[in-house]
Amino acid sequence: MAKYLAKRIFYLILTLFIVITVTFFLMKLLPGTPLTNQAKLSKSQIALIYQQYGLDKPVWQQYLLYLAGAVKGNFGTSFQFSDQPVSYLLSSRIGPSLQIGLQAMILGVIVGIIIGALGAMRQNTWVDTTTTVVSILGISIPSFVLAVLLQYYLGLKLGWFPIAEWGGFIYTVLPTLALGATPLAESARFVRTEMVDVLSSDYIELAKAKGLSRMGVIYHHALRNSLIPLITIVGPLAVNIMTGSMVVENIFSIPGIGEQFVKSVLTNDYPTIMGLTIIYSFMLCVVLLITDILYGIVDPRIRITGKAN
Amino acid sequence: MADTVKLPEDSFKPITADDRAALDSEKIAAPSLTFTQDAWRRLKKNRGAWISLIILGIIFIMAFGSLFFSPHNPNAVNPSYANLPSKIPGVNINGFNGTLVQAGERVDAYKQAGASSLHYIMGTDYLGRDLFSRVLYGTRISLIIALVATLFDLTIGVTYGLFSGWKGGRVDTIMQRIIEIILSIPNLVVIVLLILILKPGMTSIIIAIALTSWVNMARLVRAQTLEIKEQEYVLAARTLGESSLKIAFKHLLPNLSSVIIINTMFTIPSAIFFEATLSYIGIGISSPQASLGTLLNDGQKNFQFLPYQMWWPALILCIIMLAFNLLGDGLRDAFDPRTKE
Amino acid sequence: MDNEKDILEVRNLQVNFKTYAGDVKAIRNVNLDLRKGETLAIVGESGSGKSVTTRTIMGLNATNADIVSGSILYKGQDLLKKSEKEMQAIRGQDIAEIFQDPMTSLDPTMRIGRQIAEPLMVHKGMKKEKALAQALEMMKLVGITDAENRINDYPHQFSGGMRQRIVIAIALINYPEVLIADEPTTALDVTIQAQILNLMKELQDKISTSIIFITHDLGVVAGMADRVAVMYAGKIVEYGTVDEIFYNPKHPYTWGLLSSMPTLDSSGDSLPSIPGTPPDLLDPPTGDAFAARNAYALKIDTEKEPPFFKVSDTHYAATWLLHPDAPKVTPPTQIVERQKKYAKMQKDWLASQKASTPIEEEEEQQ
Repeated sequence: MAKYLAKRIFYLILTLFIVITVTFFLMKLLPGTPLTNQAKLSKSQIALIYQQYGLDKPVWQQYLLYLAGAVKGNFGTSFQFSDQPVSYLLSSRIGPSLQIGLQAMILGVIVGIIIGALGAMRQNTWVDTTTTVVSILGISIPSFVLAVLLQYYLGLKLGWFPIAEWGGFIYTVLPTLALGATPLAESARFVRTEMVDVLSSDYIELAKAKGLSRMGVIYHHALRNSLIPLITIVGPLAVNIMTGSMVVENIFSIPGIGEQFVKSVLTNDYPTIMGLTIIYSFMLCVVLLITDILYGIVDPRIRITGKAN
Repeated sequence: MADTVKLPEDSFKPITADDRAALDSEKIAAPSLTFTQDAWRRLKKNRGAWISLIILGIIFIMAFGSLFFSPHNPNAVNPSYANLPSKIPGVNINGFNGTLVQAGERVDAYKQAGASSLHYIMGTDYLGRDLFSRVLYGTRISLIIALVATLFDLTIGVTYGLFSGWKGGRVDTIMQRIIEIILSIPNLVVIVLLILILKPGMTSIIIAIALTSWVNMARLVRAQTLEIKEQEYVLAARTLGESSLKIAFKHLLPNLSSVIIINTMFTIPSAIFFEATLSYIGIGISSPQASLGTLLNDGQKNFQFLPYQMWWPALILCIIMLAFNLLGDGLRDAFDPRTKE
Repeated sequence: MDNEKDILEVRNLQVNFKTYAGDVKAIRNVNLDLRKGETLAIVGESGSGKSVTTRTIMGLNATNADIVSGSILYKGQDLLKKSEKEMQAIRGQDIAEIFQDPMTSLDPTMRIGRQIAEPLMVHKGMKKEKALAQALEMMKLVGITDAENRINDYPHQFSGGMRQRIVIAIALINYPEVLIADEPTTALDVTIQAQILNLMKELQDKISTSIIFITHDLGVVAGMADRVAVMYAGKIVEYGTVDEIFYNPKHPYTWGLLSSMPTLDSSGDSLPSIPGTPPDLLDPPTGDAFAARNAYALKIDTEKEPPFFKVSDTHYAATWLLHPDAPKVTPPTQIVERQKKYAKMQKDWLASQKASTPIEEEEEQQ
């Protein structure tokens, strides 16, 4: 297990290194400089600014400097807000994104499990049909469409929730709902399929033959066996939430990294885009690592070999 | 006991050959179907998938038919007819009859604009362009982007997966590492980076989506290839000295077809989704071109007052996504012999 | 029949499965008795209804199963009239079942100790520790070596044979009155098969349980069963003691089954097989369902279902060949040899039992 963990962490670092390298050189290919959006400046002023951003040095030196900085969490200075280091910009914005993202994930997965399990237990009844409809709709309706609808109907028309502000928990409800819909649908669908499979397996039959009640069979045998594989889709769900957050945070004016990403893209704020790319892949790598380890812990068949495959 | 019952005399004659033949012929054999025929038959039985296929067919025909016939020019600006609500001839339901609420009173917007004789079945946008024509146009752009991107990613993904799975060993390990690295950055981030480098526009969107979404296909194809590779018939072909390329086309691809087809049905809606998201953010298709994403973005700005401007493109987008997902589900069930009743 | 000794009586059982194509008549009027302490083997091809019969006894049939008629009396109480809750109290307590495939019948994510202890916790309301202690005893009883250390292992850490021992332990932990073994050795290696069969016999003596042993393999039956019922197309076609079925079979289907079984003295290159396939139970044929595959079929077989003819007090067969008016037929050579052997056995037995009243158990054919 320790060996496996060490190997995985090595790969994580390697991956991040490659991500940083590739983004850095991609950004060097990009047209425009921090001064593109500025008014005319004198040559000496330009030189000064270049020096300030380290753009006067050869590219390989810039790369090494950037790499050294990135290890310490220093991603340079934002083009857009010239007085702000990217790391400060991001650290002040990551909180709301994490909160909404986690809330959406937890809500989506828990409700998804309940709906999916109910569907499987009442296979081929109206409950099952509802499960299918909910999951297919959740997968098919883009989160930004849902966000606008929620904002308008629950926020503006009914006035239950604030529309586009950031403050306490109440402000997170609508964005959480908008972001949680897809994870909810995906996990409901996943759990239903898994559980239908599990319920028709021999060991469930044996559990019934032991004299366990219906709920006993579900609770002691079916649930655990259908939920363990759910861990494998947490990674993809995290990607989904990250992607969705870019638009949803915009719609609800949440000062998160998703909103910042879009803003940076629209203003060609390359250092911030790079910093965000690295942050996003770091978060995703960590999620994938955690889910892999977790899977190994909860599934006895993998625990022994120590390799998730 | 039963043996006391009197039975007809000839009862205990051995049965004749004819009788035996008659007994045998009573057996009904199920007609033998090829794999594809069988899958097709099961797909037709799946109502959701079948309706989806028909709806998608209609949407395709209308979207591409509008190239030749469109109720209005999708780009013709007509400020005096701006923001007219939906008016469908013969329908007198508020919301579809050209009326809207102004200062607490329901008025005929068409009369106000002096266009009583006209019908815009989805209304017009803020520049007076016919929304229906624009939705058709946007759908066409969205579909083209999705289809071309999917075609590319299909080619890349299938080739990559086949190669990786077939070669195995070291090559496979390295190729899988590459995939893992790509998977560790959210797709949308990569797409955005690529579009920034390639400059926003239809081509760069297609390239960006194609370059990022093949990974899933590659993984599925690889897994399947690894499995098929071990099958006896492939082994036989190898023993007989067939070339790898020939084996790939003759034995692997036909057996991979169901995986490929099913995955394509899920790649298309995700490409449509990415395109819509990009356009919605503002780095996708730029006006006067339109896609479902840009139409949504435009409509959302006025959603509070003119909700139909977002409802229509949103509806079409959701229907397309839903139909592809249902069709994909249906195909998966149809190709999976385990679901055979 | 001595009802006192019967622990389980199945009467006129008819079970249909509702499918889109119509009702599949899986069980067509089955009668069975299980005596205390005996092993009853039910033999038949796949699809003959043996598993459905036992599923019905357990009350674990698929949801589309429809019990048309009949009763299943367990200690005089009709199981078919019991509620689901009452059945839960019986399952795993009075009637337990061993399944065919040990590789899939254990929960992969639960420690085996807990799996064995579960019936105790459910039925006896035992605390986990106490139940686990008893489970450990049972593990030793079924021959799991190093049981103390393995009680916390998971199923995938055991071999197929060991897993089947665990399944047996689960079934026997509550000392059930009736044990249903549904092809318990089919999925195992031949050497392991013998071990498992021996274990079951040994435990049957210790626990004094009655066993219904389902199999398609007559070879297994010989060493295991006291009585045998042969099933075909949802019906029992012949039943008797194991010797009667093996050495004096009367039904052509039993002849076919026995002939297709390799024996030490079977000669020739190929084993005879029964031609054709079992009938479609969506629409069972009139008359004898076996007629189409029966080389000895009579005209009446296509018209009227044969009733049970009595061969001896314990031996009955449903074939028109036993009707007094039926022509005498010669069974396949192998069967004739078996019958000769049986006659000799009887004679020897009679010779050794001269003192007691000789009972003409069997009229030899021809």
